[in-house]
Amino acid sequence: MLDSLSDRLGGVLGDLRSRGRLSEDDVNAAIREIRLALLEADVNFDVVKQFVATIKERALGSEVSESLTPGQEVVKIVHDELTKLMGEGSSKLSLAGNPAVILVCGLQGSGKTTTCAKLAKLIAKQGKKPALVACDVYRPAAIQQLVTVGTEAGVPVYERGADMDPVEIAKWGIQQAKEQGRDVVIVDTAGRLTVDKDLMGELVKIRDAVRPTDTLLVLDSMTGQDAVVTAQNFQAAIAFDGLILTKLDGDARGGAALSVRAITGVPIKVITTGEKIDQIEEFHPERLASRILGMGDVLSLIEKAEELVDKDKAEELERKMRKAEFGLDDMLDQLRSIRKMGSLSSVLGMLPGVGKQLKNANIDDGQLDRVEAIILSMTMQERKNPSVINGSRRARIAAGSGVTVQQVNELLKQYEQMKKMMKQMANGKKPKMPMLPPNMQGKM
Amino acid sequence: MADPHLMFSGLSDVAFVEPEIETTEEGGGFFRRLVDGLAKSSKALTGQIQSIAFDPDDAEAWEQLEEALLLADCGVPATVEIIGRLERRAAAGGMAAGEDLAPALAEEIADLLSGAEARIDVSQTPTVILMVGVNGTGKTTTVGKLAEHLRRVDKSVVVAAADTFRAAADEQLEDWAIRAGADFVGSSHGQDPAAVAYDGMEAAVARGRDVVLVDTAGRLQTQVGLMDELAKIRRVIAGRMEGAPHETLLVLDATTGQNGLVQARQFSEATPLTGIVLTKLDGTAKGGIALAIAHELGVPIKLIGVGESLDDLRAFDAASFARALLGLA
Repeated sequence: MLDSLSDRLGGVLGDLRSRGRLSEDDVNAAIREIRLALLEADVNFDVVKQFVATIKERALGSEVSESLTPGQEVVKIVHDELTKLMGEGSSKLSLAGNPAVILVCGLQGSGKTTTCAKLAKLIAKQGKKPALVACDVYRPAAIQQLVTVGTEAGVPVYERGADMDPVEIAKWGIQQAKEQGRDVVIVDTAGRLTVDKDLMGELVKIRDAVRPTDTLLVLDSMTGQDAVVTAQNFQAAIAFDGLILTKLDGDARGGAALSVRAITGVPIKVITTGEKIDQIEEFHPERLASRILGMGDVLSLIEKAEELVDKDKAEELERKMRKAEFGLDDMLDQLRSIRKMGSLSSVLGMLPGVGKQLKNANIDDGQLDRVEAIILSMTMQERKNPSVINGSRRARIAAGSGVTVQQVNELLKQYEQMKKMMKQMANGKKPKMPMLPPNMQGKM
Repeated sequence: MADPHLMFSGLSDVAFVEPEIETTEEGGGFFRRLVDGLAKSSKALTGQIQSIAFDPDDAEAWEQLEEALLLADCGVPATVEIIGRLERRAAAGGMAAGEDLAPALAEEIADLLSGAEARIDVSQTPTVILMVGVNGTGKTTTVGKLAEHLRRVDKSVVVAAADTFRAAADEQLEDWAIRAGADFVGSSHGQDPAAVAYDGMEAAVARGRDVVLVDTAGRLQTQVGLMDELAKIRRVIAGRMEGAPHETLLVLDATTGQNGLVQARQFSEATPLTGIVLTKLDGTAKGGIALAIAHELGVPIKLIGVGESLDDLRAFDAASFARALLGLA
């Protein structure tokens, strides 16, 4: 895992608090690290150069706030500048027009077809009546895919098969939409490389035929240095109005989006975060800035947790914790709800400051499987009241879950610790948190 | 046309035709195509680095080389390694004053990659090839092209549609299978993909086919459930036949940035990788991330995709790739 910029700068600038102002030496040392961090996040080389120059200017002589280390101060500056750079301009979709026409384009495999359906769903939620037009006549079964996902989104899909000219399909689709009283038309196009002159020419023709109110370029968040070239070429051909950043549910830093934003000046309008039809969100510049810098994404983590944790279960758990009735079944529930958020390492990865610790800790998701297996090998009575688990029960549980007796013992010990901690919490004492790596304790 | 024999090893004597040495015309064709694409993006830079002559004191020249590698997505560690190799070569007196730096750099890259050059072994009957990767890299398309190339070396093929998630993936693959004259084992949406892979192997054994190509759903390496599913597909394949899957190929989009390294690492944990297929090299992206993966993880690059037609899947050649990476004709 890559070190986050905060860790790196902490290493370079030391932990000296209240040093006053950042000296030129401080800044120069920091600049190198910022450059590397941005390159590793796939920010374009030229953008990095420019951006770093801006940072240098702002950081030189800037005051270090009392509460921050020089490293943190620089990170704050970088974060602010990134947020500012990505947040400028309107990120609203242009839905004026009757019908409004959204033209969606991009490279192969960036996620256009799926995104079109998600966009339709998002727009439908705003009380509009969108429709989809299938203009990808090249990729086998692309039309069928759009029909399937469009139907899932509850939106009509206009298609004429793969034997018609996409420009004609687009025109016909708009006409259909008008006749059927749809007020937003989303035109899905085939993926194309910008070196493909014929296909780029075709895209221009489609644009001229449908005169879109919003032309959106779909960009895969995993894209590397080439994002800039691709975006520039698309911009030269059809002058798109906004970006859709896809596949942000992965662990790519997404620096490509910054590059494209910086070089074309076009705003990022929406992001997509999963394969489900409703996994599309508005764009938050400060979150992407954190992600690019590897600062963790606490907000996303909280949102994810809120989404997945069953409220009733949480209240039940709180009650049990207060009464110290917390059993192994509850521990299993907890474990499972954490796992729903993703692998343990990816969940921890979203927390600031954990990145570095994790490298040495070697988190083993298989360990969680074992814990689950052990608990599932117990009787209901044992789970509710673990104190009855004697030697022979331990041997049986170990055999049932395919682990050693020691591993069963270890789990029971962890459970006792957790229970003790909860008791302290219930009594209003601040507990020590043995489950968290030491450097997280102060930061939570 | 690409010679499909260059892609595979373990072909029987009957099927094996001594590959022709690539004629300059063909080499040029493939190459020009790559370079044409690259040229537009890096024309200015290429112009610069092509004219750089060796001068040990010219720090700016070395920086430009470094810049070229970073812009090709090679990443910082691999870039540092390659520049370091060239510097050591220069320090050891391996370079003459005034010698062009860029071709020498290409040699170092090719050298680093030559260990990563390998063919797809199809000596087993049936040989089971499992295709994996994140969403949108071109897995299904690659399976289709691979089926066609196998047909050309007289291998009979079963294609198993184990992507039971993406809408219309099954239809897309069937379309390819028909074009390549391969047997097709379909699936219905939401079906257990491991079962589809198993059915594909059953069909191959029953009908005496030579190769089974298993297409899987795209999955991001952060999706634990889907990565577990992949491990299960592998277990089921291995349970059906000892030694299978014989090849597990990670399909990697050439436009991918540094996350490609994470992808390769995580996928190889779910199912050990035997090689990489680097797709979409006909665009403006240079695919330097494959170099980073070969450097850090030692996973060989086996095939490259340079276009949308069936013919546009090629055997990987380290020397051409290295030169194309730097935009050298």
